[in-house]
Amino acid sequence: MNSTLYKVGVPLAAAILFLLFWEWLVWVNGWPNYKMASPSDLVPAFWKYRLLFIENGWQTLWRTVVGLLLAVIAGTALGMVMGFSKLMRDALYPLLVGFNAIPKATVVPILALMFVGEHNLNTILIAFMISFFPIAVSVSIGLSTLEPEYRDILRSLGASRVTIFWKIALPKTLPEFFGALKVAVTLAFIGTNLMEIVSPHGRGLGSLFDSGKISADYPLMFAVLLALAFLGIVLYYIVVLLEKIFAGWAERAPG
Amino acid sequence: MTEPALIEIKGVTHAYQTATGPLPVLDNLNVSVPEGTFTAVVGPSGCGKSTLTKLIAGLLRPDRGEVWLHGERVKSPRKTVGMAFQNPVLLEWRTILDNVILPLEIVAPRMPKKDRIKRAEELLALVGLEGFEDKRPSELSGGMRQRASLCRSLVHKPDVLILDEPFGALDAFTREDLWQTMHELRRQEPFTSLLITHDLRESVYLADEVIVLSGRPATTQFVLDVDLPGERALDVLYQPKAVDYLATLRHQIQIAQGRATQEEAAQ
Ligand SMILES: Nc1ncnc2c1ncn2[C@@H]1O[C@H](COP(=O)(O)OP(=O)(O)OP(=O)(O)O)[C@@H](O)[C@H]1O
Ligand SMILES: [Mg+2]
Repeated sequence: MNSTLYKVGVPLAAAILFLLFWEWLVWVNGWPNYKMASPSDLVPAFWKYRLLFIENGWQTLWRTVVGLLLAVIAGTALGMVMGFSKLMRDALYPLLVGFNAIPKATVVPILALMFVGEHNLNTILIAFMISFFPIAVSVSIGLSTLEPEYRDILRSLGASRVTIFWKIALPKTLPEFFGALKVAVTLAFIGTNLMEIVSPHGRGLGSLFDSGKISADYPLMFAVLLALAFLGIVLYYIVVLLEKIFAGWAERAPG
Repeated sequence: MTEPALIEIKGVTHAYQTATGPLPVLDNLNVSVPEGTFTAVVGPSGCGKSTLTKLIAGLLRPDRGEVWLHGERVKSPRKTVGMAFQNPVLLEWRTILDNVILPLEIVAPRMPKKDRIKRAEELLALVGLEGFEDKRPSELSGGMRQRASLCRSLVHKPDVLILDEPFGALDAFTREDLWQTMHELRRQEPFTSLLITHDLRESVYLADEVIVLSGRPATTQFVLDVDLPGERALDVLYQPKAVDYLATLRHQIQIAQGRATQEEAAQ
């Protein structure tokens, strides 16, 4: 019981201290709202637009999750191809790195033009593109660095490659996969919002931010940022929970 | 003629292809291990002992020569072989019990779960790991992990057991403990075994025959018949006969390392 209290209490206390510090900073400097809104200004903003927050928050959330799921599927598939075949690894790695190096902000208008009006598709695609790189890399590295001795345990019994993958390679790669997924979650959020902010008549928290900007409603803009941070935290900890369930063995007891 | 030996290695030559060209590792090697016997292989480090185990297990195909098991030519891995390595390589995400069961999942997929567990528990008890079934490998000491790995290599009742320096990284006491466990295991369920080791006492204590390999590329340099009782207590190693064996083996190793000659050995 004490440990749950600790687990919830410590981060919560840190968050409250952070908000107090923010409030204090704005108050001491006497900043007007257009420079920096304070947390106490955000509460009315949240309340005023509560329905919009729920609706747009949901929009952002489901697009991010769908983009992320696509990234997991495609990233794992590509990672498997590159992990098992040295030829594929040598061939695809530079391409993948080059692709990842392109700033996604530049891709946003291209995609927006490519699929005009397909707002959901655009958004999901950006979330997908921005988040699948770490997954593909982690899976391919996990598989290609599998110690031959691990493979030999089963290979010496005449096990098939598929069996070796399911029983050894896959579980052994899971910790790295979840490490990458944690990075991918936050990246996918960035992708979704890039598109939501840029698209005209968009939906999602990004567009709410944009409308706050247009109507010079500064507390609303900050409130959106806070809402995004909150969603990010929720998704991140869902991944942490999944990691605990599927790869908890990789966690060593402290000490 | 008597029936062929269980493990038969005939004129095996093997080289690895490396960046700097082929590296010959085994050169026309002949080994035969009769059914039910225990053969130890010693030789200088890097001479090709692990390569030999991979050839027998069918994990590698020799460049030339043949490997036979049970009167059948080995072309690929087979289910009747058990292997244990210097590094216990237990799967961290499985409990000790599930680690030991692993080979049964491959070799006997239809065996009822209850029977698998029973079999694994029996073996674990035999090596003194009773009560550790549900622990993770990271919760065990090095010696305990090695015991578990030994159980895994035996769980499917292989008729050939290949051990590649499984006791190499252990302290002297644990090692001697495990030697006795090996004798115990052999008494309970006979198997034919080939043990790679760099410990001469270990080879004399465990084996019926010790083969000394020459330096790389390895070939059979010397064969020692160990004429000691099948059931051995540790003090057998202090009998004059065993001391003689050890001296002979030591000298042969020095020859294999290029530090002495056969003439000196004869003196
Ligand atoms: N996969 C490989 N590719 C290239 N060379 C290899 C490979 N495996 C082993 N070798 C080389 O072959 C030689 C024999 O290796 P091996 O592992 O069989 O030796 P060993 O007798 O088991 O040595 P040790 O006693 O140190 O375990 C070594 O020189 C090693 O560098
Ligand atoms: Mg070796």
